[in-house]
Amino acid sequence: MAVKVLIPTPLQKLTDGKDVVEAPAGKIIDIINALDKKYPGLAERLCQDGKIRRFINVYLNEEDIRFLQGEETLVKDGDEVSIVPAIAGGNF
Amino acid sequence: MDFLRYARQMLIDGWGEQGQKKLKNSTVFIAGAGGLGSPVSIYLAVAGVGKIIICDFDSVEVTNLNRQILHSHTRIGINKALSAKITLTAINPDVEVIPITSKITSENAFELIGDSQIIMDCMDNLETRYILNEVAIKKSIPLVFGAIYGIQGMLSFIQPPETPCLKCLFPEAPPKETFPVVGATPGVIGALQALEAIKYLVGIGKLLKNKLLVWDGMSCDFKTFKAQKDPSCIVCGK
Repeated sequence: MAVKVLIPTPLQKLTDGKDVVEAPAGKIIDIINALDKKYPGLAERLCQDGKIRRFINVYLNEEDIRFLQGEETLVKDGDEVSIVPAIAGGNF
Repeated sequence: MDFLRYARQMLIDGWGEQGQKKLKNSTVFIAGAGGLGSPVSIYLAVAGVGKIIICDFDSVEVTNLNRQILHSHTRIGINKALSAKITLTAINPDVEVIPITSKITSENAFELIGDSQIIMDCMDNLETRYILNEVAIKKSIPLVFGAIYGIQGMLSFIQPPETPCLKCLFPEAPPKETFPVVGATPGVIGALQALEAIKYLVGIGKLLKNKLLVWDGMSCDFKTFKAQKDPSCIVCGK
């Protein structure tokens, strides 16, 4: 069993078009780094200086990790991680 | 008041004549007459909202027409708020439509929003959305946030202090880009935004408070995440 990570559309170019990828359980930051090895460039899009960019929300199941332990939040087997970038659009 | 036009919606539990009168006596501020502003304003107008203030400084362009259903090819070059008034008045002459052709700024937003009971955030950039967020807090009125990208979108009902504010939810704007979009996408999110406003104004149902709804049209999946107040938020934190 592993952790499911949901990839938003703009980042699916980096994950060979996959909207869901799997990673071993662990801290959020370790999961991102593990995925970056398989899908190079992903960590850079999500993080800056080891911190998740402020316009990207990451949810562990339904919880925003900023209100858990941030990048250090522990993800267990069977959990689901969702990456939700802020989107600005509507009008233009 | 002629209720015949609204007879079918008045059958909804908790709506009735009272609910319809509440809508008639309501004023809604719609920020943006584009992709989201189109379905939002059309559904609020046909539902019988008494007064719609719709604000957009931009003019209709041919590349808008795949999604901005308020406008048509005959309106190219016309200001979008003025075009919106023509469309909305035609589909429901009961509604008073006030078009505003100014750009929303931190200087004018408070005055433009006036005595509106709710703000519909249909903007294309987070900077202006943050201005609307601050005015909503100052006026103690809710803001219905909606945003789209490609075949996905999100929304939330923002009403601090009961809910987080938009800055708690998204503390920073993403880099600017011309994003992909198909007309049905703002159709989905805009219809949900309009329904949240209608529920609030009529006083029925549960509102999307303290939640962020994320819709992925590629997989036809709706997900709901918890939206939390940030105690250190520079806008609503104490």
